[in-house]
Amino acid sequence: MTLNRTCAGLTLLAAIMFTAPRPAAAQVNVVGYWNPLVADEDFIERVPGPNVGDYAGLPITNAARKRANTWDASLLTLPEHQCKPHPSTYGFRGIGVLRIWEEREAATQQLVRIKTHIQWQAQERDIWMDGRPEPSELEPHTWQGFSTGKFEGDVLVVRTTHLKAGWIRRNGLPLSDRATMTERFIRHGDLLTHVMMLEDPVYLSEPLVKTNGFAVAPTGTMEPYPCRPAVEVPREAGEVPHHGIDDAPPTREFAERHGIPEEAAAGGAATALPEFMSKLPSLPMAEPKGDPNEGFGPPAPPGGRGAGPGRGRGAGPDGAPPAAGRGR
Amino acid sequence: MRARLLRSRRVVIAATMAAAVVSVLAAQQAPPAQPNFDAVTVRSFKVQDHVFMLAGAGGNITAQIGNDGVLVVDTQFAQMADKLLAEIARLSGNKPIRYIIDTHVHPDHVGGNERFRRAGRAIVAGNVAGDVRGNEGATVIAHETVAARMSQQDGTTPPAPGGAIPTDTFFGESDEVFFNGEAVQLIHQPAAHTDGDVMVFFRKSDVIATGDVYVNTSYPVIDTARGGTIDGIIAGLNHIIEITVPRDKQEGGTMVIPGHGRIADEADVVEYRDMVTIIRDRVRDMTKKGMTLQQIKAAGPTSDYDGRYGATSGFWTTDNFVEAVYRTLGGK
Repeated sequence: MTLNRTCAGLTLLAAIMFTAPRPAAAQVNVVGYWNPLVADEDFIERVPGPNVGDYAGLPITNAARKRANTWDASLLTLPEHQCKPHPSTYGFRGIGVLRIWEEREAATQQLVRIKTHIQWQAQERDIWMDGRPEPSELEPHTWQGFSTGKFEGDVLVVRTTHLKAGWIRRNGLPLSDRATMTERFIRHGDLLTHVMMLEDPVYLSEPLVKTNGFAVAPTGTMEPYPCRPAVEVPREAGEVPHHGIDDAPPTREFAERHGIPEEAAAGGAATALPEFMSKLPSLPMAEPKGDPNEGFGPPAPPGGRGAGPGRGRGAGPDGAPPAAGRGR
Repeated sequence: MRARLLRSRRVVIAATMAAAVVSVLAAQQAPPAQPNFDAVTVRSFKVQDHVFMLAGAGGNITAQIGNDGVLVVDTQFAQMADKLLAEIARLSGNKPIRYIIDTHVHPDHVGGNERFRRAGRAIVAGNVAGDVRGNEGATVIAHETVAARMSQQDGTTPPAPGGAIPTDTFFGESDEVFFNGEAVQLIHQPAAHTDGDVMVFFRKSDVIATGDVYVNTSYPVIDTARGGTIDGIIAGLNHIIEITVPRDKQEGGTMVIPGHGRIADEADVVEYRDMVTIIRDRVRDMTKKGMTLQQIKAAGPTSDYDGRYGATSGFWTTDNFVEAVYRTLGGK
């Protein structure tokens, strides 16, 4: 009898312990250092960098395509462009080490915010967990935006507004300052999956969803990233590099380089769907010209996690952290 | 307290002013629809250090607040004055408005001049000569072309009240005030939004109020009837970029209060400058090819930015903007 009572009591206690609502912050822990799995997903885009004119599979508007077609990479040599960091809508696709930590109120241990810092260009974010409202639309917009988060089960869900005008790919495809982002951080043991959904009434016809993988880095470190602009190219005051709207679009060059239809290179929501594959044979194919692999570095070593060697903006020699200084 | 480099003391006497009051609404475009002022709520934001931004109806107001009183940049519409003055009194703890600076002549920026001026009090001779200027209110400073336009009738708009006319003007490139412990620079930007644009730089607070030389709600409004040009707008935007210094990674540092829209910094102005310059270059190239205005409009030189800055109705449409660019580049 006594034993039965004890068992029943323990069972009840266990039931309470494992089924009662727990503090939200205790449901998952994403704190720590994380290495981006750039060798495993979208290596060419994320490390060497994409070709100009490659918009395939992206739900962009005609306006976005036109802006990218007239974009000139020389724009980035202007001093006022040199130290721009990736906005939060792109930074998680970069190659920098990610650090995540919590800030809790000392007395109550209530989670106030989760902070993230990505080494490349020192992208630092605040994800407010204290339920504060969005600022007014007249408040400043920032590269990382204003983010609020909450746990839905074991998933950290983050919504971001108040973003500066940015980019969705490093080839001139723009994102407006009216864009918003919803993210999900999902931990599976030593892996972290970051899912981002971008919405932009100006430059995206449909939401753009991307995933980025990270692996835990138990011995992670974080290097600083100072940046001071300098005149790299003497120019007349006020000159803004750009291509003319009548110039041959870079989508054509990209299509010719890879022997694909220009309509595919030009992107748009339709090109993101599997059905587009069945349409390909009916589209005029560009005549292949040049080496499609020119300019791209080798992939990361097999089995390697994290940033492999690369030559894109951001990577130093042999994948080392970039030297302090200018540029992206 | 005030030192002038180039200065012309206003000699506008009240009687003359009353007879010579002017019209200030935009001439070529239909004026913006007047909002329901009763429904408008004034919102204020601390921008940095001594400087606040107030938004209601019309252009943004900048208020610099300190022990010496209040300096305001622009006054919105007259109908907003009570609400705005109440908010400024709340923010300042009922300190007097000493200076009003007009960024340009349009009524959504200077419409409240008279009420603001009467609510304030100029700093005059103090305990040496007493209050020799009586109860004339705050000092109103503008570029001389603003006062000139407000003091002559051009027949396009109803007269403004005499008390709205600036009391102090300057000509040339700049003027300056030292107030509330900081240097305040008034920078004339020629032939930009109008021919009388002034940007106000608070050097210690590190904030610049740009008037309508920079807005982030629409394409630049170019009042060609009052001397505005696209090249002047671009020069003004580049001037702002020269003045501003980001704190780090192209963010923060010098903050920018636009004539209309949200608080900004250098990177926002760079984004806008790039857009305006690219569109100017496109229209200029098309003009050089001999294209007519209609052909240029049909070619869509702005179409990749219209979703953010364009409008097909209202007082300043995309077509208005393209035409203003075309005309001020010499297109016939």
